[in-house]
Amino acid sequence: MRRTGLRYLPLLLLAIAWELLARLELISSSALPPLSHVVVAWVDLMRSGELVSNGYASIYRAMTGLGLSVLVGSLLGIFMAWWRPLNAFLSPLVEIFYPMPKSALIPVTVIWLGFGDGSKILLIFLGCMLPVTIGAFNGARSSEQALVWSARSMGASRLRMLWDVVLPSALPELLNGIRTALALSFILLVSSELIVARSGFGYLIGFLGADGAYEPMFAVVLTVAFLGFAADRAFQAFMNWMLRWRT
Amino acid sequence: MSASAQIVVKDVSHDYRPPVGRVVRALEDVSLSIREREFIALLGPSGCGKSTLLYLIGGFLRIENGRICVDGRAVTAPGPDRGVVFQHFALFPWKTVKGNVLYGLERGKLPRAERETRAQAFIDLVGLTGFEDSYPSQLSGGMKQRTAIARTLAFDPQILLMDEPFGALDAQTRSLMQTELLDIWQKTRKTVIFVTHDVQEAVYLAERVAVMTARPGRIKTIVDTAFDKNDPQIYRARTFVDKVDEIWGLVREEAIKAQGTHAR
Repeated sequence: MRRTGLRYLPLLLLAIAWELLARLELISSSALPPLSHVVVAWVDLMRSGELVSNGYASIYRAMTGLGLSVLVGSLLGIFMAWWRPLNAFLSPLVEIFYPMPKSALIPVTVIWLGFGDGSKILLIFLGCMLPVTIGAFNGARSSEQALVWSARSMGASRLRMLWDVVLPSALPELLNGIRTALALSFILLVSSELIVARSGFGYLIGFLGADGAYEPMFAVVLTVAFLGFAADRAFQAFMNWMLRWRT
Repeated sequence: MSASAQIVVKDVSHDYRPPVGRVVRALEDVSLSIREREFIALLGPSGCGKSTLLYLIGGFLRIENGRICVDGRAVTAPGPDRGVVFQHFALFPWKTVKGNVLYGLERGKLPRAERETRAQAFIDLVGLTGFEDSYPSQLSGGMKQRTAIARTLAFDPQILLMDEPFGALDAQTRSLMQTELLDIWQKTRKTVIFVTHDVQEAVYLAERVAVMTARPGRIKTIVDTAFDKNDPQIYRARTFVDKVDEIWGLVREEAIKAQGTHAR
């Protein structure tokens, strides 16, 4: 507990520096309002329910998009590793789309699915799928021949083996891919909501910023930052539990 | 002998095709008959194709030339009548000792409670009582191989295919495991095909030793090595030492040939 406290000491120092810089008016309060004011604004946003309702909309989009990408990406990656023709067909597509900045698709998804949840979910799905696919593919390809043979000799069918051997062998790389996707989902969520949306964290940030309400705007930015951090931490804990057999 | 042969290998040749480079003939015209409940060792210099022969019998590699029959049926795929023990254990690292041993039983027809009892019985048999919930990464090499042996014995294959199972173990552990394997073999009376490059191990464990030639692998000769397995002093017996020397001589010739082909 104490070590965790020490670990995040730099964060506390940063918060103090922020407060001091703003209080001594070394930076104008519209560029950086004092942290204490931001905290008060955060409490107000929570009370009014604005943060919760917009937060709910955002989390729903991110989780649905990410969930779909994990499902489709894992299946795709594993089957690509399993069946060569599928790999030959899909890997050029993966290579082309992987480095493409997915935020460029924001207007496209809006044209297709409008201003609501659908366009955000599609964007997050598209953006998150490839890191998951690549993780699943590399992981599945690394499954040991002897393990596959071993399962086969104990009566496992070829399909059964995908579940019993290939998937668990792929798990370390697959989970790393999902972790990357999780971070991406936050990025895509907020950027798409900033540009076109009627609800969500991104929308709220943009709306408050345009209104000159910088204190609540910073409060929302900090909330998103904290949620991103918490989600990553929670996922890491989940990974460690799933891979507890490794050490 | 051929009347009671359980495993018949007839005129089998096999080519190894690496992803890059030229095709290598691994086995050439191998014929071999193995009786039920026999313990036979396949002995030869490294790269002679002895493991390849084992994997062909296991049904893991496609038989392109020749025929292999087990109990009168041609081998086309792996099956639970042939249990395999690999040199590097091939345990599922994400399953505990118990989970690994249970795996082979889960494909069978036993009810759950009986599977549990049976798994525990084999864990006890190989001396791993108390380690049921350990993961392979927490075990020593010897314990991993014991787990692998328990896993294979648990689903009761009639035939054990063992690919240098003690090759990755230190000398003391190996010696203990050899004694244990003989003990298990005498209790369960399975047919064992045991691949090794260790002459003394082959002579000690097997009833017959098939000595293979350098690549391409052929059966050079088959030597009778049935000694009294229960004699703890057998290593010192004159007849045993002579037999080891005799087979050593045969293997040596092949090892030298193998070196020669490598040098070229």
